[in-house]
Amino acid sequence: MRSNRLGWLLLSPSLIVLFIVGFLPFLYVIWVGFHDWNIFAATRGMTWAGANNYRRLVFDQDFLAALWRTLVFTFTVVTSELVLGFVLAQTLTRQFPGRAFFRTIYVLPLVVAPIAVGATWRLMVIPGFGPIPYFLERWFGIQYRIGTYAEHAWATAVLMDIWHWTPFVTLTLLAGLSAIPREPLEQAMVDGANRWQVFRYITIPMMMPVILTVVFIRIMDALRVVDEVYMLTNGGPGTATTLIGLHIFRVVFPKTDYGYGSAMSLLVLYVTIVMCWLLFVALANVGKQKA
Amino acid sequence: MKTARWRKILGWIGLYALWIALTLFTVLPIYWMFVVSSRSRVQLFDAPTLLIRSFYIQNYTGPLSDPVFQRYLLNSLYIAVGNALLVTVLALFATYALSRWRLPGADNIFFWTITNRMAPPAAFLLPLFLLYTQVFRIGNWTLFDTQIGLILLYCVFNLPFAIWLMKGIMDGIPVEIDEAAMVDGASQWTVLWRVIVPLAAPGLAITFILSLIFAWNEYLFAATLTSVNARTITTGLAEFVTVTGTNWGQMAAVATISILPALIFLVFVQRYIVTGLTFGAVKE
Repeated sequence: MRSNRLGWLLLSPSLIVLFIVGFLPFLYVIWVGFHDWNIFAATRGMTWAGANNYRRLVFDQDFLAALWRTLVFTFTVVTSELVLGFVLAQTLTRQFPGRAFFRTIYVLPLVVAPIAVGATWRLMVIPGFGPIPYFLERWFGIQYRIGTYAEHAWATAVLMDIWHWTPFVTLTLLAGLSAIPREPLEQAMVDGANRWQVFRYITIPMMMPVILTVVFIRIMDALRVVDEVYMLTNGGPGTATTLIGLHIFRVVFPKTDYGYGSAMSLLVLYVTIVMCWLLFVALANVGKQKA
Repeated sequence: MKTARWRKILGWIGLYALWIALTLFTVLPIYWMFVVSSRSRVQLFDAPTLLIRSFYIQNYTGPLSDPVFQRYLLNSLYIAVGNALLVTVLALFATYALSRWRLPGADNIFFWTITNRMAPPAAFLLPLFLLYTQVFRIGNWTLFDTQIGLILLYCVFNLPFAIWLMKGIMDGIPVEIDEAAMVDGASQWTVLWRVIVPLAAPGLAITFILSLIFAWNEYLFAATLTSVNARTITTGLAEFVTVTGTNWGQMAAVATISILPALIFLVFVQRYIVTGLTFGAVKE
């Protein structure tokens, strides 16, 4: 009764669009990555370069530093958000008056444009009128200057990311917690397990799929943060907050070194995939052992 | 008995204290932005206070009467609405096909669509920039710096998400309903428009709104793939930083304007945001 032709016909527009803007760039970046191509160079076209671009990348100090910085940033924010998010999700499993209100307010950072998130936090920390430096100096005598001190810029970037994404982690974990069946928990309580044991040996293993999903998504997103940090510190002071996305954005476009930039982009994509995959395997094993 | 009761009361107090503190922490930066947008340059450098005593409306009227800024705002509107419409219609067709036909390889296709959303945009800036400026060209016309270029491009992250969201909704509509309609002589097109669309309307609305917000909020692609004609409000906001002697009040006003669409829809989408951001892997 249902002809497959109509089915394909309905599906094809989506596939064509995704092919053009998703898959084609992917193939193209692989192709360009093996070439020397610089608009401002003496030879204007593409010339075959083999793996030279990748050889250059491995010894590029700025690139490696930016990559390492991004990994540290990702580890810091994802760990903090996961711990905080879990605690908050636990408090939200109970019904209490005002819960719906708090929840709605708490979604707010998730719908704000990342670039506007950067703008709001920049306004919070501008020396001279931002409330954070003002009160830190007044109450604790701390000179908080994100334009001068690398640590302050870094701390602000981390805090901003926690502000932006903890709600997402919390609500996702909450969705997972509400889906856990009650019986095993109650049974364990009856059998004399204390709260910590229930949490450690029942809640955590049962939550593992949701935790994995959240960590997976957060790692992907944290590795590609650009807008917020660009707006907050513009990667500075120096290169203190130049994360890898910003590095690519800033190094590749002004220099129009397309071949090298493609290789760099591809390596970042590769690192993202490997990171997620490693984490998946590691956490899945931990989950199995504890269950 | 008595201590247990005290404990419970203390627990509630602690819970509320925690959530009130969190709410303040969440709202404060956005509220502060609004406060800054209400002050003139001189007022800003007084001691910080959270009260709004007077409203310096020029921060808003200044950018809003500037033709460049008006164009940014209109571009954002066209692009976000255009993309959300396109994505919703494409996802409706695609999920109708995925849900009602047994197409060979459909599961793989479904998974492949999601991988498009996982790619880091920084890795795709350069190839897209090259494709848009050099490869996709007809004579002198390229996709670079056009609204249609961004509308198409935003499909790369919005379409996979829309397909995920709509797939669940489509699968939730019993096949018996369209079979009954077909027994009555309706064609598959008629079933789609007369039966499926009305039933899926709430889901379509959520897909539309979330796609609209995501497209409106996008910055990185808009910044690299446009130069003059198709710049959006997010790039306009970023331009404030690079200009020497930033006008903070105006920047705050523009930022406030830029988060308005999201604020308006917040109540509608808050229940679906988790489904949306986890590619449908976790449902609420």
